[in-house]
Amino acid sequence: MPTIRFIQTDGSSRELSTAEGTSAMQAAMGAGLQGIVAECGGSAMCATCHVYVDEDWASRLPAPLANELEMLDCTASERLPTSRLSCQIRMSAALDGIVLRLPANQL
Amino acid sequence: MSEQDPIVIVGGGHAGAQLCAGLVAAGLGREVHLVCEEADLPYQRPPLSKAFLKSPDEALQLHRAASWFAEAGIRVHQCDPALAIDRAGRTVQLRSGLKLPYRHLVLATGTRARRLLHLPDGLSNVAVLRTVADAAWWRERLPGIARLTVVGGGFIGLEVAATARALGKEVEVLESAPRLLMRSVSPELAEHVQQVHRASGMQLRLGIAVGGFEVVGDRLMALAVEGVRQDVDMLLLGIGAVPEHALATQAGLACDNGIVVDEHMRSSDPAILAIGDCSSFPEPTSGRRLRLESVQNANDQAKAAVGTLTGHDLPYKALPWFWSEQGALRLQMAGLMPANGVRHRRPGAAPTSFSLLHYVGDRLVSVESVNAPADHMAARKLLEAQRSPAPEQACDPTRPLKSFF
Repeated sequence: MPTIRFIQTDGSSRELSTAEGTSAMQAAMGAGLQGIVAECGGSAMCATCHVYVDEDWASRLPAPLANELEMLDCTASERLPTSRLSCQIRMSAALDGIVLRLPANQL
Repeated sequence: MSEQDPIVIVGGGHAGAQLCAGLVAAGLGREVHLVCEEADLPYQRPPLSKAFLKSPDEALQLHRAASWFAEAGIRVHQCDPALAIDRAGRTVQLRSGLKLPYRHLVLATGTRARRLLHLPDGLSNVAVLRTVADAAWWRERLPGIARLTVVGGGFIGLEVAATARALGKEVEVLESAPRLLMRSVSPELAEHVQQVHRASGMQLRLGIAVGGFEVVGDRLMALAVEGVRQDVDMLLLGIGAVPEHALATQAGLACDNGIVVDEHMRSSDPAILAIGDCSSFPEPTSGRRLRLESVQNANDQAKAAVGTLTGHDLPYKALPWFWSEQGALRLQMAGLMPANGVRHRRPGAAPTSFSLLHYVGDRLVSVESVNAPADHMAARKLLEAQRSPAPEQACDPTRPLKSFF
């Protein structure tokens, strides 16, 4: 199972393994990870599962679709070039070890 | 009852799951029992009528993994519905025979799908869609049918209808009201939804009477629309839901289209709370009783209940918002539709997107967005802050809605 490393704003990190095909947001919610709210449950409707993808990994993700791009304009913390909605990151073997940094705020 | 008795939550839907999360964050996980009628741990319901239905590979999305409940110390009673409440003895009786004492009981029992009076239960080609079991039933059968008949032009009916259209099925929606989405959106938005669905090849029949059900064995063979007989392949009933308050009624709690609660989610018995789809609560501005069926309402009422259970005053006054995805249509609504509002149209970035801003006097009270999620997010913030930009400015598409706060 691919693993995701989530890094909190205080530098602490947590590794979560998840089934291929599930989203990074689902992995975080399933484990009750602090810092991901995911009000809409993965419909790209709320921008409360915002993450910063580590630069080494950002270019390996498929480009965001129009919905996600528009929601990224609505994040509570600053939008950076590496900003993504974690509900739109589908985990696969190719993403094993991906590093995602949590923003200061989701709401 | 004693101070050591647990907090018992009846109902494993969105409200129950959010309440578990809130109580764990408050350090109370080890005192919580979650009573679930269904076999699965609490799961996300919105995908059931869309992604889950469309693909056999789509997994059920649990709110929290089994390991999270175990680590948090929450005892989950799956497949073991509550049958009765003994308020004097402060216990809940489960189907398995287990009797749980409680110091606080939270009813998060949700709704059940409404049925048609003259259509018997248990037919092999007629079903509702509420639970993952329902959705799995549909997912197995949809690929093999040619034609889907949907009774009811509300959110669930139209979401499933759009999914079936995307799977190449012939789809007909039968609605007794003169328009779609009568209870939930404005006439202007309903008109747009209707045009988009008709353009996709969906057949919509509005303001019609359905009857004349022909049942042979366990199968609905045909029905009559305006007296004209037509064959049925499969039929979805999407005619709304009724609050599940049988437990509360039996226990003598006040019920009025839902379990009556105050702004702290307390029922007529202060030891018992009710949250989510099953609660009838005072709307903060008007004070009139309201019952909402939405993820937002479930989540935010759960948060208010955490406040009540931990001795913090967090009255429920969250802005209502909800959404629906129907094929290429993403509908997002913020605030409650006024009965006597004036509507202004804000064009969107794409030809297929726009928002409708509803004003009462010069006050902005509700915004409906079509494929315009940034407008929806900005609208929620404006409505929460009670900001009301002048309509002509707010409808200027060159100016982002979020620039008004």
